[in-house]
Parts: sequence; structure tokens; C-alpha cells
Amino acid sequence: MSASVKIKTLTIDDRHVGARENQTILEVARENGIEIPSLCYIDGLSAHGGCRLCLVEVTGIPQLLPACMTVVEERMEVSTQSERLRKLRKNILELYFSERNHVCSVCVSNGNCELQDMAGETGMDHVHFPYLYPDLGVDITHERFAMDDNRCIMCTRCVRVCDEIEGAHTLDIKDRGIETRIITDLDQNWGDSETCTLCGKCVHVCPTGALFEKGKSVGEMSKRRQFLPYLALMREEKR
Amino acid sequence: MTPEEFKKIGDAHRKKRKDFPNNINVCTAAGCVSLHSEKVKEALEGEVKKQEKHKTCRVSGTGCLGPCASGPLVSINDGQALYAGVTTDDVPEIVNNIDKNPVKRLVVPPDTPFFAHQKRVALEHCGKTDPESLNDYLAMDGYQALYDTLTTMSPLEVIEVMVNSGLRGRGGGGYPAGLKWSTVEKAVGEKKYVVCNADEGDPGAFMDRSMLESDPHSVLEGMAVAAYAVGASQGYVYIRGEYPLAIKRLRNAIRQAEKSNLLGKHICETPFSFDVDIRLGAGAFVCGEETALIASIEGHRGIPRPRPPYPAEYGLWGCPTLINNVETFANVTPIIRNGADFFAGIGTEKSKGTKVFALAGSIKNTGLIEVPMGISLREIVYDIGGGIIEGRKFKAVQTGGPSGGCIPEEYLDMPVDYESLAKAGSIMGSGGMIVMDETSCMVDVAKYFMDFCRTESCGKCVPCRVGTAQMHNILTNISRGQASMHELQLLEELCDVLKHTSLCGLGQTAANPVLSTIRFFRDEYIAHITHKTCPAGVCTIEPEKETVS
Ligand SMILES: Cc1cc2nc3c(=O)[nH]c(=O)nc-3n(C[C@H](O)[C@H](O)[C@H](O)COP(=O)(O)O)c2cc1C
Ligand code: SF4
Ligand code: SF4
Repeated sequence: MSASVKIKTLTIDDRHVGARENQTILEVARENGIEIPSLCYIDGLSAHGGCRLCLVEVTGIPQLLPACMTVVEERMEVSTQSERLRKLRKNILELYFSERNHVCSVCVSNGNCELQDMAGETGMDHVHFPYLYPDLGVDITHERFAMDDNRCIMCTRCVRVCDEIEGAHTLDIKDRGIETRIITDLDQNWGDSETCTLCGKCVHVCPTGALFEKGKSVGEMSKRRQFLPYLALMREEKR
Repeated sequence: MTPEEFKKIGDAHRKKRKDFPNNINVCTAAGCVSLHSEKVKEALEGEVKKQEKHKTCRVSGTGCLGPCASGPLVSINDGQALYAGVTTDDVPEIVNNIDKNPVKRLVVPPDTPFFAHQKRVALEHCGKTDPESLNDYLAMDGYQALYDTLTTMSPLEVIEVMVNSGLRGRGGGGYPAGLKWSTVEKAVGEKKYVVCNADEGDPGAFMDRSMLESDPHSVLEGMAVAAYAVGASQGYVYIRGEYPLAIKRLRNAIRQAEKSNLLGKHICETPFSFDVDIRLGAGAFVCGEETALIASIEGHRGIPRPRPPYPAEYGLWGCPTLINNVETFANVTPIIRNGADFFAGIGTEKSKGTKVFALAGSIKNTGLIEVPMGISLREIVYDIGGGIIEGRKFKAVQTGGPSGGCIPEEYLDMPVDYESLAKAGSIMGSGGMIVMDETSCMVDVAKYFMDFCRTESCGKCVPCRVGTAQMHNILTNISRGQASMHELQLLEELCDVLKHTSLCGLGQTAANPVLSTIRFFRDEYIAHITHKTCPAGVCTIEPEKETVS
């Protein structure tokens, strides 16, 4: 590490912590064993700021700030677990569950799903918003992988890993609002994609059962993400 | 261009204008064009020749004259008389009477309250010059402010004038313009950019379009002054593709300015260079949000990102970028020319100057108006607007579009400024103002705006993506008489979630129309829910769903 990096001190949930000047609140919190929930953030990819679960309170700032994209400042006072945040996080998770068809009992990722875990961690035990029950399909045209829109939470981890790490940019987003969907190439069947390298990184970063390997049955799809920080680090070193 | 040349062109053109003792200005902004004003203009040109008055009478196109609803509008002899509802049949009489008394039956009396309560600063040239003529603009002291800033003022002096003027951003947020300029000036970057936000996506708003159609040079001049002040060398106008006439006139204006060395390299032979390019939007409302707009100009999907960092520090391609609204830029040259005190002398303590509104809805005189800040809503509705049509009863004024709220009768005497509107649960917004009468249902209005937000949400963050869809469903159920009080409670809860957790302004303010209608017209919600009736008779109440117990 170069000598010119400045160190900042701040408090997170009343604990004094030190940080490098360009670190985000989320990075520093995790280094210090303070868990801030998040779904779109993943170590090794650019931050997205879309899941809104890592919102934290900072003294003196009226708005809530996303921990994954807010850089630390000297003497910042961060609070990650207030009653208000807990309630808003629960509401946000309920909105996730109401959006598409998250039926855990028949999902390949049952028991290995970050959305499911998050519900447990935040104590979300029921959804009091009406379910929207959209009519969505599954793309099983690819020889090894499948994409189930019913389980997708639009975290865009797959899009980012495909673009930033694999460099293929096979996956992207179409439409907007409640109609947004993940697509392959120009909204073709995944099986017809000429850009997909079959690397499978998207499958392993996907937090839910939206992307999975074919042949896996209920609860059998577990994901391996250890490769990502390593690959990202290797790239940094190369530069 | 040297000062002498500059003056010469202006003088020559002023003289040319004087050489024609009579002139006829036909409005050629989109409102009147849609009422075939161009046919009227052609007929007038033909008739002037026919009556052999072409040596003394000039016919030209001009920008928005204001009362758009009564177009096509024609202004005679620099505003001596204003004719409304002109058809080609009226043309011979108009030309015949050009040097005599105005044609009575067409005249809009000049002392009508529509004009008497207005004050024109940003729209100063609208309706007086031909938007397609640079010479016309020069004759009105155009580009004088730019010339003076480049030759006699330092960037910091320009910023000081802007700060002292008290001008606040007219795009909706009301952020002090001078402060933003000074932040960009201080920001460090190899390159800096100036962006004019002409995306104007609010339903019913047409202020920015009218300004660009009527006086494109004044926006360009404002941008150039800003670029000089903050140290930028490249500018972009981000304009929605649905505005073909504004785009055409802007393109034309850029080309004219470049030819005359008023844009481009070494402007007016000073070291300052500034280019302006146009970028077309595809009509997504969210692309008006500054970080989404930046992504769109860069060629990415137009989605917002969290701020900070603000564009002033980290904007286009990571460089410091000044983003202001069309009207903000249009106010710059009047401020430079007349001084900060002139502008600060108009308006209220915290809201200086004037504001342009697109007045629409159930009032007699709809159109484009510019009023001093602090004017009361009552003056706008009843004096300028001429009151409610067909003798109906006033119900509410909607300001701020999908991010604003509905202001009821008891607030009509409130001054129009940023703080007062916010206190009444609405916002100044960019200038859309819709007047509603007793035949409007407030649940229906809330539903309309929620539908807008739902379809315009970019989908990046979950509270806005799913929340707007949920809220729209609930509002639909309420309007059909199929909701319970529990759903009203859910609705209010969702408003709170969206406001505090959405990523950008779209989601954060999407609840405003709902919150303000619940606050002021709760009885209408209750009527739909418990009495299964729509008091205004707008919503179709459907028979109750059978419930399985
Ligand atoms: C959803 C959304 C849409 C917006 N649309 C516009 C727009 O159409 N025109 C505009 O000038 N500003 C718009 N804004 C505000 C801009 O983000 C930005 O604040 C403004 O252009 C700054 O200019 P000003 O300081 O001169 O107002 C919008 C903001 C949001 C959140
Ligand atoms: S497919 Fe998986 S990784 Fe991709 S956006 Fe959906 S949930 Fe996220
Ligand atoms: S608030 Fe809405 S428009 Fe803004 S980023 Fe979130 S989803 Fe997109």
C-alpha cells in the first residue's frame, strides 16, 4: 500500500473504527464484523446501490445513505441497526417477496438462498403487501444453465460479473420499472447466444434460484463465490 | 468578433427594423403552429405584397406570445396590438388596417389581467424576435452579456453576480445557481462540462420547449457565460426527441452562433473557447434526473446513481459538470445585463426573480406565463387565468407534476415561492400548473400520477419499482370502490417507505400526489372506500367482488 493513503476514524454503531480514506462504510463495517444487510452488493464487483437494504443513518444528514456507495469521512457517526432502519428493511424485503413468485419450497436454491436468509435475519416472517403474481417464464434453452425470471430480484450481479470480470457482456437489462428483466444478448434465447462463454460466473453470483445449473433439483443448487474477490484482486494487481 | 463589428451588426439590424415602420409578428411556437399559424403567416406575406406594403411592413415569425389557447396569435407593430384566433380570412383586413386602427374584433385588450400581472425576464424576447434569426437577437442586445463577461469580468466576478442575484435552479430542486457554479468552478478536473437539461418530462409542462422554440440564442448565451465562469470548454443540450421544432431551432441557432464566432474557438477573439452539441433523449422521464441524464449522454442505460458524489464534482465521464435547467440558463443574460440587484429586487426573501409556468386545466386562459415569485395562487388562477371555466367551482391547483401535490382552496392566498409550496405539501417543480375544478376526482388524479411514476420508474431500486406498482394497484382498487380502510393504511405506509428508501428523486417524491390528496381530500378517499361512491362522478364503481370465507 502506498504511503500517501490517509486514515480516517469514525464510529459505526458507537464502535470506534479506522478506515482508509477511499473505503466505503460497508467495507469498513464488514472488516470489523459489523453486519449490514445487502443483496446487490458483492465483493469483487462494482457497487450498484439498488437493493436499498444497506441504507444507514449518518448523524447530521437527513437522508439515509447506501453503505455500499458512501465513502467514509473523518468523525462520521454511522448507525446501522436503529428501529427505523429495521422496519424499513423489513418493508423492502416484503416488497421483494411480493414482486415475483418466490415459492421457496419448490426452488432449487431452497436453503441456499440469500433472499431467504435475509428474511430470516431481519425477522420478516410474513408479507403484508399483496402478492403481484406476475406471469413469468423460464429460459432452459442453454445447454448447461437455466434462468428463472420468477426468482430474479434484479440485483444485476449477473450482468456486472459477465461484463466486468468475464468481459462477455452477454447479460443485460431490458424495459423499465416493474417490467425490467434480465436478457441475454439482444433478448434472444440463452441457448442461441454467441457471446456466452459458458463460464458460469453469473450462476454462482446469483443470490437466489434465478440462475442455476441444469439437473439440480429442489434445494440442490448451492453457489460458490470464493473465486470472485480473488479474480478481482488479481486484476487490480495486473493494472 | 471585435466590439465595433459587434455593435455594427446590432445597429444595422436595429436600423433595419426601424426601416419598417410596420411589422407583423406571427407566433410560430408549437402551440400556434398546431393551430396552423404558418398558413396565416404565408397568407399575410402574400397579402402584404398584394397591397404593396412590403416596403414598409415586415412579416416575421416569432416565439410564444402567451395565451396559447386562443391562438393563432399575431402581434402588430411590436405589441401595439395583439390579435387572437386569427384565420386566413382575417388577413386582408389586418394588412389593410396595419397603419390605421387595429381590427377591433380580433384584439386582445392590452390591459387584460392576463398580461397585467406578469413580468417577463426569462421570456423577455419571446414574441418580439424571430427565433430563427441571429440578427434579430443581436438587435435586442443579444450576446452583449457574453461579450461583456468575456472582456471585462473574471470568472469569479461572474459567479459573484450569480450568487448575489439569488437565482435558484428552475428544474425542480431550487438549488442556488450561484453556489452550484462556484462548486464546479472550484472542482478540479482536466476538462469540465456544462449541460443544459431540456428533458422536460413532466406531463403537461411545456415551458422549456417554448423557451427553446422562441428564443434559443438566449439559452446558448446563458450556457456560454456559465462555461466561462466555471471553466468548461464543452457543452451539451440534452433535449427530448419529442420536441422536433425546438431541436430544429436550437440546431439552427448553434450553427448561426458558430458562424459568427459566438460559439466555438476563441469566441469574440478572446482566449475562451466553447462548443455546444445536442444530445437527444428518447422520452424517458427519469433521464431528466441529472445522474441518469449523464449516463444517457455517455451512452449507457439512463438510470440514476446515488449522490454524492454530485455531478459538480463527478459528472460526465467523471469530470466536474454543471447541470442547469433551460429556464435557469435563460435567466443568466438578463441578470448579467441588468445586474444582480435588478433580479434580486423581484420576488420574495428566499425566492428571487420570476418563474415561468405552463398554465393548464379548467381555467379560461391557458398558456405560458411568467410571474414574479411571491404572487398569490389566487392571482394566477383568477386574474391571469381568468377563473374557472363554465362557472364551475375551484377545487385544487396541482404543481410540480408527478413529484408535486394538489393545493386546495384554503391555500389560494399563499405566495408562490419554494418554501410556501413545500409547506403546503407540494413543490415548485419545473413549472407545470394544472387547475382542477369540482369535476375532478382527487383519487383519480393520484392514480393518474402514480400510473405515470410506475411506468416511468427505471426499475433500479426495489422500493420505487415494486412500491409504485403496489400503490397503483391500491389506488385502482380504491377508485373502483373495492378497497377497505386497511388498504388506505397500506398506501400511507408505502408512501413512507418510498420517500425514505428510494434511490432518486422519482421514487422519493412519487408519493407526494398521494400524500397531498390524502391530506386535503381524505373525505373523497373515504367516500370511495366506505360509501362506494365517487363524489365527482369520475370513477366507475364496480360491484363488490364476491369474497370466499
Ligand atoms: C425524476 C426526475 C426528473 C427530472 N426531470 C427534469 C427535467 O426534465 N428538467 C430539468 O431541468 N430537471 C429535471 N430534474 C432535476 C434535475 O435532476 C436537476 O436537478 C436539474 O436539472 C438541475 O438544474 P437546476 O439547478 O437549474 O434546476 C429531474 C429530477 C428527477 C428526480
Ligand atoms: S438473475 Fe440472479 S444475479 Fe441476475 S439479477 Fe436476477 S437475481 Fe440478480
Ligand atoms: S427511485 Fe425509481 S427511478 Fe429512481 S433509481 Fe429507483 S427505481 Fe429508478
